[in-house]
Amino acid sequence: MATLKELAAQEEKFVGGHTSCAGCGYPNIFRLSLAAIKDPVVVVGATGCCEVNTSIFPYTSWKVPFLHSAFENSAATCSGVEAAYQSLVKSGKAKDENFRFVAFGGDGGTYDIGLQSLSGAMERGHDLLYICYDNGAYMNTGIQRSGATPRYANTTTAPVGKVKPGKLQKKKDLAKIMVGHNVPYVAQTIAGNWKDLTNKVEKAMSIRGPKFIVVLATCPLGWATKTQDTVKLTQMAVDSCFWPLYEVENGKYKLSYDPKDKKIPLAEWLKLQGRFKHLFKPGNENLLAEIQAEVDQDWADLKALCDFHSQKV
Amino acid sequence: MTATTIIKQLTVAKTGNEAMADAMRQVNPDVVAAYPITPATEIAQIFSSFVADGMVTTDMVTVESEHSAMSATIGAAAAGARAMTATASQGLMLMAEMLPIAAALRLPIVMPEVNRAISGPINIHCDHSDTMFCRDAGWLQIFSENAQEAYDNVLQAVKIAEDPRVHLPALVTTDGFIISHGMETIKILPDDEAKSFVGEYKPNYSLLNHEKPITVGSIDLQNYYFEHRIPMIEAMKTAKDIIKQVGREYGEKYGRFYDLIEQYKIDDAEVALICLGSTAGTAKDVVDALRTKGQKVGLIKIRVFRPFPVEDLAAALRNLRAAAVFDRSDSLSGYGGPVFTEVCSALFNSENKPKIVNYIYGLGGRDIDIHTIEAVYDRLNKLKDAQDTGEIVSYLGVRK
Ligand SMILES: Cc1ncc(C[n+]2csc(CCOP(=O)(O)OP(=O)(O)O)c2C)c(N)n1
Ligand code: SF4
Ligand SMILES: [Mg+2]
Repeated sequence: MATLKELAAQEEKFVGGHTSCAGCGYPNIFRLSLAAIKDPVVVVGATGCCEVNTSIFPYTSWKVPFLHSAFENSAATCSGVEAAYQSLVKSGKAKDENFRFVAFGGDGGTYDIGLQSLSGAMERGHDLLYICYDNGAYMNTGIQRSGATPRYANTTTAPVGKVKPGKLQKKKDLAKIMVGHNVPYVAQTIAGNWKDLTNKVEKAMSIRGPKFIVVLATCPLGWATKTQDTVKLTQMAVDSCFWPLYEVENGKYKLSYDPKDKKIPLAEWLKLQGRFKHLFKPGNENLLAEIQAEVDQDWADLKALCDFHSQKV
Repeated sequence: MTATTIIKQLTVAKTGNEAMADAMRQVNPDVVAAYPITPATEIAQIFSSFVADGMVTTDMVTVESEHSAMSATIGAAAAGARAMTATASQGLMLMAEMLPIAAALRLPIVMPEVNRAISGPINIHCDHSDTMFCRDAGWLQIFSENAQEAYDNVLQAVKIAEDPRVHLPALVTTDGFIISHGMETIKILPDDEAKSFVGEYKPNYSLLNHEKPITVGSIDLQNYYFEHRIPMIEAMKTAKDIIKQVGREYGEKYGRFYDLIEQYKIDDAEVALICLGSTAGTAKDVVDALRTKGQKVGLIKIRVFRPFPVEDLAAALRNLRAAAVFDRSDSLSGYGGPVFTEVCSALFNSENKPKIVNYIYGLGGRDIDIHTIEAVYDRLNKLKDAQDTGEIVSYLGVRK
C-alpha cells in the first residue's frame, strides 16, 4: 500500500480552485482516492455539491477525463463508459491502456434516487468502483434529509420542531445492501483517514469487477460544525462506533480498526455538531440514550460478524 | 441520374421490429443498452441473439431500467463508442430526463422507437403520444410508414446523426403493432454495402484519452448556457439539408428516395391530408381510389418531424385550398394535436394558404380505415369552396 510520500509525489488529479465550502469533506476523498489509482482513469460524477462545485464552465478541477450526465445515474453512466471501453478494445478501435472507471455520488444520489442504477451496475458486474461520499443529507439543495441522514439530525425537510426531534428514521445501512449484491469488495471508510481511505481504494482497484466504498464526509454547512474539524469529526464517528471502518471481501466482514478502550460515548461526537444541538436540551436524555443503545447494538453485531468470519478463514 | 447503378438487394419477409434489429446488426454498434417494453421488446431481444451468435461485436448492457439504458448509452457515446438503444412509450417517458442531455452533449445516438400510447390508462397499442411528448428534446425524429422505411430509416439515421455538421441523437419510429409486428416483404442491403453506407464513426470527443483529459457535462450558468444552446439549434436546422442529401444518396444507390416530407399526388391537388407514419399507407390507397373518380386529392406525409420541415411544408401546401392534419395524439392544450399546431405555424407567414382542419384519430390503437379517410376527403372537397371552415378540431372514430 502506498506511503504518504508516494501519494504526495503524484501529480494531482483533482486540483483546487473549486467552490466547495471550507472544511468540506468530499474534495479530500476525490483527491486521495485518485492518488491511490495508478492507471489511467475515467471519473463519472453525479449531480450534487460534488459536480456543481468542481466543474463550473469554463473551469474544471478534474485533471482526468470527467463525465457528468445527471443526478441518479452515475453508476449507469459509468457502466456505459466501461462497456464502451471493453467493446472498443475488443474490436481494436481503442488501445488497451488498462483504463479504470470510478463513479462518485453523494448520499442522496446513492442511498436514495440512485440506488436502482447502482444496484443494476453492481449486479451486471462492470469493472468499476463506485464511491459514495456520505455527508448525510441533500446538501446542494439546502440540507434536506436523505436515507443517509442519522436519526434525530436536524435537516430542512425533517426539522426540529415543537413536537418533532428532527429525522425520526434510522440511517440505511448501504454497505450491507451492497454486500447483498455479492460483489467482490465493499468497504466503509472516512474522509479524514488518508491511510484507510487510500488503502481501501488501492485494494478495490486491484480487483476486477464491481466494487463499492462508502466514505463518511463532513459538511460544515449541513452539520453546523467547525471547518477545521474534518479529520477530528470523521475520526470521532469511528471512535464512537457510529461509523466503523471495515471491509467486506467476497462476503467476509473484516474490521479495519477497533477503538477498544478508546471507544467514546456517542454524545461526545454529537455535541460538536449543531444538527444535534436539540438532543442536549433537558428532557431529551431519552433520545440520546436511545441512539447510544442503537450504536452499541450495531457495533456488537458487526463485531460478532467479523469474529465469525475471521474464525472461518 | 443514371438508371443503371441500383445496387442489388436481398428480398426478405420481416416485421418492423425484425427489420430494425437487422439494420442494427448491419450497423454493428459498439454498445447497445436496452430494457424490455411492448411493442419494442423484440428489437433488443432479436439483437441479443445476434450478440449471442457472434454476428455482431457489440457489448450488450442489459440495464435495469430505461433511465439507465439512456444513461449507459450516453456514457458509452461519450467514451467514443457508437451506441444504440430501443424503446417505446413508458420507456421513452422514463428516459425523458436523459434525452436532452444526450442532445446537449452532441452524442449521435440512434434509437429505434415503437410508437405506443402513454399511460394512463395503460395501453400497449399505437398512437404518437410518446414520441410527441419528447418532441422538444433535441432529438431528430424520423417516422416510418412501413417496415421497409423503418429499415431504411435506421441506416440513414446513423449516417445523419453522425454527420459532423449534425452530431445530434435520432429517434426512428414505427407504429406499434401495425408496423412493429406486421410482416412485410422488404429489401435489405448486402451487409458490406450497409456498412459502407453508414461509414466509420468518428466521434467528436472521447473520454478515453488520458493525455488530453476533458470534462464533459459541466455546470453552465448565466454566462455561457445560452451560447451553448445556439450551436444545437443551428445543428437542428442544418440537419434538414443533411437529411435530404442522405435521402437522395440512398435513393441513387438503392432506388428508394427519401426527403423531409413525401408529397403524394400533390402537384395538381386541391385538397390534401397531412399525416405521419403508417396511416400514410392507408391514405395513399384512398387517394388512388378518389383520383380514379376524378377528384383532385393528394397526401403529404411528414417523414421528419424534428427538425420540423417548415419551408417544405409551406411550399407543398401553397397551392392547396383545403387540408386536414391528422394527429395520432392530442396535446391536451384544448386546441388539437401537435402536428396541427406546427403545420399552422409553418403557414402563418405564407401569402397563400389553404383552410386547415385537424383530426385527432387512432388514440390507444383505435383502427383507422379507408371509409373514415374517404369521409375526410369528402369534407375537404366541400370545404375548399365553403365560406366557413366549421369545426376546426374533430375526433375521428370516437363513440358518442
Ligand atoms: C432528478 C433530479 N431531482 C432533483 C435534483 C435536485 N438536486 C440536485 S443536487 C441534489 C442533492 C444532492 O444530494 P447528495 O447526493 O447527498 O449530494 P450533496 O449535495 O450532499 O453533495 C438534488 C436534490 C436533480 N438535479 N435531479
Ligand atoms: S454545502 Fe456541504 S457538501 Fe456542499 S460544498 Fe458546502 S460543505 Fe461541502
Ligand atoms: Mg449529501
